[in-house]
Amino acid sequence: MDWGLIISNLVHDTIVFSTALIFASLGGLYSERSGVVNIALEGMMIIGAFTGAVLTYAFQDSLGPLAPWIGFILAGVAGAIFALPHAVASVTFKADQTVSGVALNFLAAGLSVYLTKIIFNGAGQTTTLSSVFTKWSIPVLHDIPYLGHAIFEAYPTSFLAFIAVFFTWYLIFKTPFGLRLRAVGEHPRAADTVGINVKKMRYTAVMISGALAALGGATISLTTTSNFSHNTVSGQGFIAIAALIFGKWHPAGAMGAALFFGVAQAIKSLVQIFGLTKYIPTEFIFMLPYVLTILVMAGLVGRSSAPAALGKPYDTGSR
Amino acid sequence: MNKVIAVFTKESFLVPVVAIILGLLTGAIAMLAGGFNPIQAYMALIEKVFGSAYNFGETIRQITPLIFTGLAVAFAFRTGLFNIGAEGQFIVGMIAATTVGVSFDLPAYIHAPLAVIAGAVAGGLWGSIAGYLKAARGVNEVITSIMLNWVALYLANWVMNAFFIPTGQQRSEMIKESSMITITWLSQMFDSARLHWGTLIAVLAAIFFYVILWKTKSGYELRAVGLNPHASEYAGMNVNRNVVKAMFIGGMFAGIGGACEILGVFHYQAIMTAQPGYGFDGIAVALIGGNTPLGVVLAAILFGILTFGAAGMKFGAGVPVELIRVVIASVIFFVAAHGIVKIFVKPILQKKKEGGH
Repeated sequence: MDWGLIISNLVHDTIVFSTALIFASLGGLYSERSGVVNIALEGMMIIGAFTGAVLTYAFQDSLGPLAPWIGFILAGVAGAIFALPHAVASVTFKADQTVSGVALNFLAAGLSVYLTKIIFNGAGQTTTLSSVFTKWSIPVLHDIPYLGHAIFEAYPTSFLAFIAVFFTWYLIFKTPFGLRLRAVGEHPRAADTVGINVKKMRYTAVMISGALAALGGATISLTTTSNFSHNTVSGQGFIAIAALIFGKWHPAGAMGAALFFGVAQAIKSLVQIFGLTKYIPTEFIFMLPYVLTILVMAGLVGRSSAPAALGKPYDTGSR
Repeated sequence: MNKVIAVFTKESFLVPVVAIILGLLTGAIAMLAGGFNPIQAYMALIEKVFGSAYNFGETIRQITPLIFTGLAVAFAFRTGLFNIGAEGQFIVGMIAATTVGVSFDLPAYIHAPLAVIAGAVAGGLWGSIAGYLKAARGVNEVITSIMLNWVALYLANWVMNAFFIPTGQQRSEMIKESSMITITWLSQMFDSARLHWGTLIAVLAAIFFYVILWKTKSGYELRAVGLNPHASEYAGMNVNRNVVKAMFIGGMFAGIGGACEILGVFHYQAIMTAQPGYGFDGIAVALIGGNTPLGVVLAAILFGILTFGAAGMKFGAGVPVELIRVVIASVIFFVAAHGIVKIFVKPILQKKKEGGH
């Protein structure tokens, strides 16, 4: 048995499965850093997966390989728009942010399948897409034994996700915009006093959040599943939230956590390939990511450092 | 002062009612956008529910689990916890009831109650996992209970596959007749709609909910912790214990709900490919019901009618059943963002005020 090859495959699969989680947890990071709880990542991912699949379907005959790109980008736009009600409820109307997020999750689950059935004549899922993202190989580097296949052969979305991590880190910690975003999430009153528009910052953050989470959703339907159905996203939005908390609301941390959960999923397919299902029931393997999430969260006792104003609506009149 | 109270009680009633109307309107807009006739669809929904004795009985069957999960979510809310895990607690209640129902041979007056209690305990324990992790490790109960929902789903499938499903089948053996809680005579009155004692248990559970929270010392503590954990701590209450207790009792409600589905409706447990959804609907039910027992029962009736009648919309107007999820989502949204609803309610309240003078 070639262990180098096995590990190389494992890393390769981990990156495939982590990509969506990285996008979504980065999305959560913008929103939560600005002080708005975003449990609606799941719903935003569903909207992204749906929009990405449907638009790719619409353009695949005329545009061919370009279609998934159109689908992917417009999924981001759709996600930003879909996130708007969450911002309206939590920022303008000071609603309970968790409940508003739950409402959006419900809405996404219902609306996406409703529209799918209308578009595809009553079928609960889109037809299998003929044109989806194909893996890119970085010239020269992908020829490195083992490492090349593991890291330098991946879907374009994966490369984009890692770029987004770096970009987010730079934006949040190295630019005035990032400073303002963090200020609004830590101490909105102080931020308000120095002239930062708290509401505008939070609206912006929630919409960026929706866009990124939707890109994560589109990643799933345009790389791994090649279609959209009601269980395309199946709880990954919630795992992304766990990754965000596990990663302590830091882009690199969130990426690390997302990779960790990605390993759990990659192992799932590995176990199936090796026929280990004879010894471990498949149900337990399916449970793995969720059990790991609980264990990881339980191990984090009091060490998570959420933004101070997270979940608190900002009221200009209060002190 | 009395007038102020009167206005508030009016508002607590008006906000959910207006939210429901706005939700139905949102659904209507979605239907128009999809090229359907919303009036025809809603009429078909009503006709489906009230059109025949069988369907009316089945609507009651649909309402029952929603009361249980609604109570499960509402009870935890009263202690300041968001029990999004009613789904999982419902599922483990199903597992426990199936296990007891299939495995034992007992006289009916022991077997059926034992199966219900098993469901209650299983649901309670499952709920208290999230409660314990919140209390002892400070983990957000929303995340853990969502994860526990998935774990419960796969656990249920594993237990069924490993112990109760004959090879090559997709569902467990039937539970023993002695553990069934079907009400045969009532069922016959409603053209064999699947009516069962669970409905009565649900109403009793709502009364239990009221008594324990508002008539006992323990309930006072639970509510105090929900309103202000710091003050409760200072007053000498054990906040952590109350958190676990609230999640246990909440989980119990959901667990009984799951048990009744097995014992009263299906009499077997099938392999699940997705969450049954009663737990998530319970969130909506609890919110619309204002987390009060009477409110939960009324909201469950509404949601039972909507979700069961959705099949009629499909049949009568060609509207995909998922449309009703859009309606429910909008109702939750408008209840959460009641500021939006108040814009619509304000003119009504003002008119009343003027009329009073």
